[in-house]
Amino acid sequence: MNTHSNAMPESSLGSQAPAVFSATRPMYWSIRREFWENRSIYIAPLAAASLFLFGFMISLIHLPAKVRAAAAVEPGQRYNLIEHSYMLAALLIMATTFIVALFYCLDALHGERRDRSILFWKSLPVSDLVTVLSKAGIPIFILPLLTFAITVALWIMMWMLSGVVLLGSGLRSPTESLHFSLFTMSLMLLYHLLGIHGLWYAPIYGWLILVSAWARRAAFLWATVPLLAIGIVEKVAFSTSHFAHLLGYRFSGGAGTMGSTATGLDAVLMPDQTVGQFLINPGLWTGFALTALFLALAMRVRRSRGPI
Amino acid sequence: MTVIEARGLRKAYGATMALDGVDLRIDEGRIVGLIGPNGAGKTTALDAILGLTSYQGELRVLGRDPWSERDQLMRDVCFIADVAVLPRWIKVSQALEYVAGVHPRFDRTKAESFLAKTTIRRDSKVRQLSKGMVAQLHLALVMAIDARLLVLDEPTLGLDILYRKQFYDSLLNDYYDRSRTIVVTTHQVEEIQNVLTDVMFIDRGRIVFSCSMEEFESRYVEVIVNPEQVAAARALKPMHERPALGRSVLLFDLAGDLGVDRGANQKLDRQQLSALGEAHTPSLADLFVAVMSNVMSNQGTALDQGAAR
Repeated sequence: MNTHSNAMPESSLGSQAPAVFSATRPMYWSIRREFWENRSIYIAPLAAASLFLFGFMISLIHLPAKVRAAAAVEPGQRYNLIEHSYMLAALLIMATTFIVALFYCLDALHGERRDRSILFWKSLPVSDLVTVLSKAGIPIFILPLLTFAITVALWIMMWMLSGVVLLGSGLRSPTESLHFSLFTMSLMLLYHLLGIHGLWYAPIYGWLILVSAWARRAAFLWATVPLLAIGIVEKVAFSTSHFAHLLGYRFSGGAGTMGSTATGLDAVLMPDQTVGQFLINPGLWTGFALTALFLALAMRVRRSRGPI
Repeated sequence: MTVIEARGLRKAYGATMALDGVDLRIDEGRIVGLIGPNGAGKTTALDAILGLTSYQGELRVLGRDPWSERDQLMRDVCFIADVAVLPRWIKVSQALEYVAGVHPRFDRTKAESFLAKTTIRRDSKVRQLSKGMVAQLHLALVMAIDARLLVLDEPTLGLDILYRKQFYDSLLNDYYDRSRTIVVTTHQVEEIQNVLTDVMFIDRGRIVFSCSMEEFESRYVEVIVNPEQVAAARALKPMHERPALGRSVLLFDLAGDLGVDRGANQKLDRQQLSALGEAHTPSLADLFVAVMSNVMSNQGTALDQGAAR
C-alpha cells in the first residue's frame, strides 16, 4: 500500500483545468496509445537493425582486405564492394517496417472490436476522426520517420565500426576511401521514406484500415481477395489488365513513370524524379484522394461498429 | 433539469424491433434502474443514449444528439458498458495517463486515491488483473471523471458478491452527489433495489412500467396470505399470485393500476390487506415478475395504458 503514495505527486500533471485543454491532446495521446499497444512498431525495426549490425560486425573481419581490393578497381565498382552493405541495411529495415505497417493497418480497427475495448475507447471524448487519423498517421508519418532514424543510427554505427577497424589495420579513414557521403544518403533515404513509404503508399494503408474497420473476421482475405477478383474478372471479361497494372504501379512506388535508369540496389533509393516532379505527379494526388475516401469511410464504419 | 429525453425511439435489426417506440424522461439527480428480460432492448436503449448506435425517433441527452455528437457528449457522460472492456494490453499507469490525457474532466488524484484502496498495482497490465480488479480499475477511472451522467450496463456481471457489493457502495458513497444522474441495468435486481431512486421495466423494446421508488414502496403490497383467507384475498384482484413454501403470496397494487379494475368503491388499503396475512413491501424482482407475467397474458389495451403513464 505504501508504494501507492509514491505515485501521488505526479498526479498533478494529469489534473489540468479544462480551460487549458488543447484540441491536439487527444491526437497526441491517441498516437502514444498506439505505441503502447503495438510495440512491434519500434521493436521490429530495432530487431532488424540489431541483427544486421551483428552480421556486419562479423563481416568486418574481411574489411581491410576488401578496402585494399576496392582501391584497385574502378570507382564505379567500389560501390558493389563496400557501400553495398549500407544499402542492404536500409532495405532490410525498410522491408521490416513496411510489413509491420501492413499488419498494423489490418489490425488497426479490428483489434479493438475483437477484444471489446472499443467500448472503452468510445466512452472517452475522442472522436472517430481523431482515432482514425491517429491510426493512419502511424504508417504514413511515424513509421517512415522511425525507419529513417533507426537506419541512420545504424549507418553511423557501421561507419564508426569500420572506421575503427580500418584505422586499426593502418588504412585511411573510411569516408575518404569509400567515396560516399553518409549525409547525402541520409537525405535520399528520408525523401524516399516520406515520399514513397509514407505518401505514395498512403492509399494502401487507407484501404487496409477501412477493411479492418469493416470486416468481422479474416480481414486479410477481405483486403486481398476482392482486389484479386477485380483483376481476374477484368482479365476474363475484357482481356485487359489495367487494374493489375494500377496495383503494380502503386506498389512499385510509381516506378512506371520513373525512367528507371539506375540499376542495382541504389535504384531503390535513388530518386529519379525531383521533388517537384514527384509533387505534381497525378498518381500522388489520386492516391491522396483515395486515402481520404478510404479513411472517411473507415470513420463512418467505426461509428456504428461495436464489439465482435 | 432533464438529462435524457426520448420520444418514439425506434431501432430495428432486420425484422426485429429492438426498440419499438420508447418514451422516457430522466431528470437530473436520479438513479434509474432499467430492468428487463434478455433481449428486451436494454442494451440497445443504452447504446442509443451513448451514441453507439443509430436510431429513429427523438432522443436528446444533455441537450445533444448522441449519434452525431458522441465525442462532445462524452465530456459529460461516462459509461461502463459491460465488464472487462478495458484493453488487456494496457498497464494501470498507462490507463491513468491516457484518460488524464484525453479527458478534460478527469481528476487523476481522485483516481489514484480510489486505487489506493485496492490491491491493484500501477505496473500491472490489465490482463494480469482478476475480473473483479478490472471492474475496480474501470470504476476508479470512471468515478474520477466529473461527469453529469453515468451509464452502467451490467457493470458487475460475473463478479463475486463481495466485489458487487463494494462496487455499488463506492458508487453511492464516493460518487453520487444528487447532481449526478446514473442509469444502470442489471440482472441482479435485488442488489440495486436500495440504490435506485427510480425504476423502469422494459420489454420487447417498450417501457412497460416506470415509477419512483417512493411510489413503488407506497403503492405495492405483497401479502403472504393465511391459508383460510386465500379466496377472500383473491377476490381483491391481486396483480399476481405465486406459491411460496406451501402458502400463497399475492401482490397487490393499491392504486389499482395495470389494468386491474376493482370497481369504483373498492379501494384497497394496507390495513385491509394486513388482515389477510403477513403484508410487506415486495422486492423489485417480485414486482418485475408480476408485471412481466401480466404483460405476457395481457398484451392488450390495459397495459398500453399502463405504459403510457
